[in-house]
Amino acid sequence: MTAPNHSWRKFKNALMQAVTLMCAILVVAPLVLVFYHLLKEGFSSVNWAFFTQLPKPVGESGGGMANAIVGTFILLGQAAVLGVPIGVLGGVFLSEYGSSRLNWWIRFTADVLNGVPSITWGMVVYALVVVPMKGFSALAGGIVLGLMMIPLVMRTTEEVLQLVPNGYREAALALGIAKWRTIVQIVMRTALKGIVTGVLLALARVAGETAPLLFTALGNRFWTHKLTDPIAAMPLQIFEYAKSPYNDWHRQAWAGALVLLLLVLFVNAGVRVLTRDRFQKQS
Amino acid sequence: MNPTMTPGEEKTIPQTRRESKDESREPVPNVQRSTLDPRPSTASTDTALTVRNLSVFFGDNHVLKSVSLDIAARAVTAIIGPSGCGKSTFLRALNRMHELVPEARMTGEIRLFGDDIYAPGIEPVIVRRRVGMVFQKSNPFPTMSINDNVTVGLRLNGLRDRKLLAERTEQSLRMAALWDEVKDRLHAAAISLSGGQQQRLCIARALAVQPEVLLMDEPASALDPLATSKIEDLILELKKDYTIVIVTHNMQQAARMSDFTAFFYLGDLVEFDTTRKIFTSPAKKQTEDYVTGRFG
Repeated sequence: MTAPNHSWRKFKNALMQAVTLMCAILVVAPLVLVFYHLLKEGFSSVNWAFFTQLPKPVGESGGGMANAIVGTFILLGQAAVLGVPIGVLGGVFLSEYGSSRLNWWIRFTADVLNGVPSITWGMVVYALVVVPMKGFSALAGGIVLGLMMIPLVMRTTEEVLQLVPNGYREAALALGIAKWRTIVQIVMRTALKGIVTGVLLALARVAGETAPLLFTALGNRFWTHKLTDPIAAMPLQIFEYAKSPYNDWHRQAWAGALVLLLLVLFVNAGVRVLTRDRFQKQS
Repeated sequence: MNPTMTPGEEKTIPQTRRESKDESREPVPNVQRSTLDPRPSTASTDTALTVRNLSVFFGDNHVLKSVSLDIAARAVTAIIGPSGCGKSTFLRALNRMHELVPEARMTGEIRLFGDDIYAPGIEPVIVRRRVGMVFQKSNPFPTMSINDNVTVGLRLNGLRDRKLLAERTEQSLRMAALWDEVKDRLHAAAISLSGGQQQRLCIARALAVQPEVLLMDEPASALDPLATSKIEDLILELKKDYTIVIVTHNMQQAARMSDFTAFFYLGDLVEFDTTRKIFTSPAKKQTEDYVTGRFG
């Protein structure tokens, strides 16, 4: 039995496959382009001094971003302290406790928060933290990044907890294990890699935020010794350098962008490795 | 003092365990149990569970309608009936697992060796330590080793004594007829076992917390015939010490293994009698039609 439009059907299939393949390539292309460009412009400036020295004044070449790199990690550390416990426990509530009506509202709110422009976050924290404290500070920067992490972490935590089959909860409860212990030791442990993945991706996401830091951490050309002082961060430094008219600074900006991208790339790759052998290794 | 428990554990375990509200029941003899004898000390009672007028509702859905029956101790009671007849709900009401459904509600009374398991102030957690459960789909915890799976119920209830945990692991695995197959790889991942072994591991896990009653919800329906026969042999062995209630879709299985059979249909208990009676001369036409395969 040969249908008359047999080859036509094959052609349509091949066409469809080609179109979707092209779209898939277009998805990957920007990363390749960005990476290529950053390597070309920034690689020469990524040297030992970049990681160990403070920025040099205009006109002096060399220098580095050591303070901004450390500053980014300090900000991320603060953000994690604020965002991870609240986000994870909020996700636990959504997945394990809440009623469907309440959950709908919490989810809705979290999704709206996830869509709030980052500059809005910056302004809100400026009004709530920077103004009362009478100054830009590392603390305010950590708070704004932490607040941005909460809805991200909460939603991913909820999703990975929902992936844990109900049979495990039932098995634990049927052994007479209390509910909170079941959640912590069985459900969360089973989903641990997913939770860690969500946290790391949220950190990677806020690591590159610039706008909210303009209003809070402000930036600093020197080391910061107190959390109540302004602090440098890589995105801020890149912004600062990129808008300047000096070629030296432009090169530093490229190098900073490259390092920041590599950081995000490493986190993502690490997450892949972490989640790959799920259920294979046991403690 | 119960010698098999740490002082901490003894505190957390049911005050109600030995104080019977049923005055007519003979007091349980205070047998000194060695740590090597994990069997429940309920040797003097004949009825393990007394169910009276049990009704269960899920929202507006009346799934179990005024069921009354007595479940004999140290015997296998099979629950049969077509899908959706309330078998699993009945089983889950026996250790309050049905309460995991938020809109579930029950009326009536269930007594476990005389203790009202729905009495105010009785936590479901306490009931479930006395009434264990094995599920249709084997569900060993994937993050844990074979050994940790067996001891999880004890560890998460505060038992820390390593020697005792090791003893319980061996006893439980022996009782579940799994010891010889896994003794050399107790620290391997539980999910590396075969399906039938995983189900026996789940039985060992349930036995490790020393329940008095073991509920089984179609424990062999997902297994091949060989693994099924192993589980059946195991159940026949376990009934010397434990009260077993098993839900099954398999008529032959019910006939082979159980001492008593309850036939449920559309939420009603149609007939409850000895298995011999149910399968040879049932009193109700409906029961006969079902066990002979004419419907369901």
